[in-house]
Amino acid sequence: MNLLGKLDWSAIPFDQPIIMGAGAFMVLAIVGILSWVTLKGYVPYLWREWITSVDHKRIGVMYFLLALVMLLRGFSDAIMMRAQQAVAAGGSQGYLPPEHFDQVFSAHGTIMIFFVAMPFVIGLMNFVLPLQLGVRDVAFPTLNSVSFWLTASGVLLINVSLVVGEFAKTGWIAYPPLSELQFSPGVGVDYYLWSLQISGVGTLLTGINFVTTILKLRAPGMGYMRMPVFCWTSLAANFLIVAAFPVLTATLAMLLLDRYLGFHFFTVDGQGNAMMYVNLFWVWGHPEVYILILPPFGIFSEVVATFSGKPLFGYRSMVAATMAICILSFLVWLHHFFTMGASADVNGFFGVMTMIIAVPTGVKVFNWLFTMYGGRIRFEVPILWSVGFMVTFVIGGMTGVLMAVPPADFQLHNSLFLVAHFHNVIIGGVVFGVMAGYNYWFPKAFGFKLDERWGRASFWCWLIGFYVAFMPLYVLGLMGMTRRMQHYDNVAWQPWLVVATIGTVIILGGIACQIVQLVVSIRDRDLLRVTGDPWNGRTLEWSTASPPPAWNFAVLPQVAERDTYWVTKQRAGEQQAQPEPPPQYEPIEMPKNSPVGFVNAFFAVVIGFALIWHIWWMAGLGLFGTFLTILIFAFRDGDETEVPAMQLAQFDRLYRAGVAI
Amino acid sequence: MRLRLLATSLIGVVTLAGCSEGVLSPQGPVAAAERLVLFNSLGIMLAIVIPTILATLGVAFWFRSSNGRARYLPDFEYSGRLELLVWSIPAMTVLLVGGVAWVGAHDLDPRKPIASAVDPVRVQVVSLDWKWLFIYPDQGIASVNRLTIPAGTPVSFELTSSGVMNSFFVPQLGGQIYTMAGMATHLHLQADHPGTYRGLSAQYSGEGFADMRFAVDAVPAAAFSQWVNATRDAGPMLDAQAYADLARPSEAVSPFTYRDVAPDLFNHIQSFAAQPNDPARLAVLTSQRTDK
Amino acid sequence: MNVTVAVEAGKPLPSASEAGPAPKRVVVAYGFWIFLLSDIVMFSALFAGYAVLRHATAGGPTGAELFSQGRVAIETACLLASSYTCGLMALAVNSRRRHGTYLAALLTFALGAAFLALEMREFADMIAHGASPQRSAFLSSFFALVGCHGIHVAAGLIWLGVMMAQVAVKGLQAPVLRRLQCFSLFWHALDIIWIGLFTVVYLMGIAP
Repeated sequence: MNLLGKLDWSAIPFDQPIIMGAGAFMVLAIVGILSWVTLKGYVPYLWREWITSVDHKRIGVMYFLLALVMLLRGFSDAIMMRAQQAVAAGGSQGYLPPEHFDQVFSAHGTIMIFFVAMPFVIGLMNFVLPLQLGVRDVAFPTLNSVSFWLTASGVLLINVSLVVGEFAKTGWIAYPPLSELQFSPGVGVDYYLWSLQISGVGTLLTGINFVTTILKLRAPGMGYMRMPVFCWTSLAANFLIVAAFPVLTATLAMLLLDRYLGFHFFTVDGQGNAMMYVNLFWVWGHPEVYILILPPFGIFSEVVATFSGKPLFGYRSMVAATMAICILSFLVWLHHFFTMGASADVNGFFGVMTMIIAVPTGVKVFNWLFTMYGGRIRFEVPILWSVGFMVTFVIGGMTGVLMAVPPADFQLHNSLFLVAHFHNVIIGGVVFGVMAGYNYWFPKAFGFKLDERWGRASFWCWLIGFYVAFMPLYVLGLMGMTRRMQHYDNVAWQPWLVVATIGTVIILGGIACQIVQLVVSIRDRDLLRVTGDPWNGRTLEWSTASPPPAWNFAVLPQVAERDTYWVTKQRAGEQQAQPEPPPQYEPIEMPKNSPVGFVNAFFAVVIGFALIWHIWWMAGLGLFGTFLTILIFAFRDGDETEVPAMQLAQFDRLYRAGVAI
Repeated sequence: MRLRLLATSLIGVVTLAGCSEGVLSPQGPVAAAERLVLFNSLGIMLAIVIPTILATLGVAFWFRSSNGRARYLPDFEYSGRLELLVWSIPAMTVLLVGGVAWVGAHDLDPRKPIASAVDPVRVQVVSLDWKWLFIYPDQGIASVNRLTIPAGTPVSFELTSSGVMNSFFVPQLGGQIYTMAGMATHLHLQADHPGTYRGLSAQYSGEGFADMRFAVDAVPAAAFSQWVNATRDAGPMLDAQAYADLARPSEAVSPFTYRDVAPDLFNHIQSFAAQPNDPARLAVLTSQRTDK
Repeated sequence: MNVTVAVEAGKPLPSASEAGPAPKRVVVAYGFWIFLLSDIVMFSALFAGYAVLRHATAGGPTGAELFSQGRVAIETACLLASSYTCGLMALAVNSRRRHGTYLAALLTFALGAAFLALEMREFADMIAHGASPQRSAFLSSFFALVGCHGIHVAAGLIWLGVMMAQVAVKGLQAPVLRRLQCFSLFWHALDIIWIGLFTVVYLMGIAP
């Protein structure tokens, strides 16, 4: 028996200059950052304030940072693909051999969905939810830290696959039988499976945490119909996480059993049934789309209302539409495979159900439109993203409904039209929403605004780049070009692919502008400094300091209506300086920092890596380590520390004095 | 700006219709009907999507804070009549498109035979790593990576896979259908005119996927019988052994034909895939894949 | 600039949804309920898998040939009884009787372990007769579904052991009480899943 399982030196692709270059860059960057941090003596600070932090705001920021880094990774995959398809026409094989190209598109999809879009959205929810609900933290702060670090473990594993071994060559959906041992004997699929399983557990715990937070922890007086819409859409998204992610876990576990223990769930032999994987995968996969898009819908609702200086139009409609989408999203999964040969009744039913989802979505668009109607729209960066979204998303929604018509889908399924469609809704919806939220809440998180000029530049690059990159793909889809082609013989496609590549480069410009924006804003932070309420906001997060203290609110706010902070400001304006009596400060119990999330994630990486390479003893050790970690945590005494009333009063008085000036 | 882009791309699409090889230039009744469904749905939705986009841009522009002439309505947050409108516009659009979808799903069900005075030609399709095998059970011949069919005659396809999933797709003749091991799917297509059409796999299936293309030769009926006779005269015989050889992974295989086919081979391929687990067989299959 | 808005006098009392943050005991139990729901969703995927593959025996043994109702009946009795003793433990905890708690926990543990032993015996017998999960898709789904429940029971036993250690070391203080409450929920949920499993796999499996 080999002590290191399947692992040996041949796992590292020394003969592949692109991979080795990227890997060397990654290793150098990590080593560089680590040594800089160590030399500067930041380690204790990072450990104390970030790594072991259970503060939802810190965890939210870390999620966001993680997503930004992975966006760069996923985007370099995108550029490689576009460049390959721009040149690999006619007899040319391009510069990426199939075995590399196949990994690139699989990694691109997996990373963008699981390690960019998800952490972006979860990061924003983490940061914003407790502040909007007027409470001090999420329901289970330590669990929150565990969730984050498990996601980070998944990220680490998927990046290790770049250098040690390989990634899946099956596409991000990893359909069997292709993903079975028989057809994919390498470790690529195992990297895919374990990184998703580990981060999936983290996501599930996040869902449980947030559902409990929204349903059980709200400021006094905040009934359901007084919650900001972002809280509603987050609630729906987290319901979907709780109801959908276990299905993914079970499905991937079945595939793991097939691959590791010779089970026959989806194999060609033993009467396995690959169609079951496809069904189960999309039973998770379609709600997942709404897990990603619902929170951005909430962000747009907040942004449009705030910058129009008006309440959201049709709040009740918005809530109803959100919950309708939440439920309907479980009744449409079959539209991902109309071409599997189901009967006309089944196809017709799922086609019509899919379209019905377009109704509440359309309602939302109209409601945003009527929110802007009669407003005084201040065109700051967040609302630029929102208007860009409304226009772009409508087009994406239309092509989506088009593909929900089964006969049209028979032609468009798996074509570049499909690729264009889902990028249209994911970039036009999720990414634009995240960017709107990022520009909107950044001053709340750090106490200074992001640079406006670079923000605008970034928006225009993204918007124009998106259209230049993806409109040609719609055309190519109608011309019959299918996705995932490493090369093609039809030279008529090439000009369109070249245009698409140019679009990708424009988007790259948008990302570059964002990085510059961040750097410039940090440099000029003293000029961009803001108070608690830089946008004339409406909801509770703007009523506290920027950045908020660890305890968010010295005294829990009392809520008597929707847009409660806006109403309070209006009243204060009308009553003209009726000084309120100083509130009664009471000591607050805050959860203690805990390394359990980080240590647990360490062992999760050990287990994942060991199982990928069949190093059984190491997996056993990792499992034991996890158990021990949880055990030690369970026996810890005193989960909370007390913040004395004096300290609260002092901070609050200073903040109020600052606002008054 | 965005609208102009949209308009140019739409015009581009329309002008392409003449020369493209996809859904926009159908060469058979199924593809033509699918294009009609596509255009109908698109038309219905554009009728609502374009005004929405224009209204969004218009409202955003008019109600900018620097426009003193725009009325500020800080309390405008509910209107029963507008709410009704807001729900009914998308609902009515969806009602129309939903009707198109439901009727279309039934009319263009891949399993539904094409009504025709001519008897259909039967073709059994097997997707292999990474090529296509077409068996003509009534003629007793087979062909690899080239599908010859008589024009003006319905073709009835029965499809399966030797292992991984693929999708059989001839865009100009009609929609695609998956091929899956251990089971058969069905599809009916027809080419109206003689010509050569592009066929491909639309479901990614591994390393040789990009070369999983085939040509569809639609020939006049007389030429088809000639082709059948000529094929029967030459080429190898497709028996179990020849199939096992063919099934080994290979890429970019040039088309060739088999003069004879073992009876019931298609059903054997299907049931072979579903056979109970045999470690020796599994080892062979795995090694075939890794050898490559 | 305080956001506090005085609740005007004379207004009716706020409804439960406006009462402010719930106490920790409620929050923990609520969160655990949600976790249990998600666990049940996971099981339902496995159930779906079993339902799809039930007849995919690939020429191998079928459920009717394999399942022994007698043993399953004893397993079921053990698990149901353990749920009862788990309830007794909750009563003992509520009245703060440590020794009663230990005794009820011991009984629960023993019954759970007996269930697990019987199940492992069943698996071993099946595998010895060539009905291993590698034999057919049907057996794969059977072992995965029933085995997943078994792993849950095993995890529950470990958890119960740890909890008793906590009771011994820390006494019946608030965090320990919350965890015991969660354990009870978990243990009863396993019972519910088993009832579904017993019906779908064993009772319906014997029908041709």
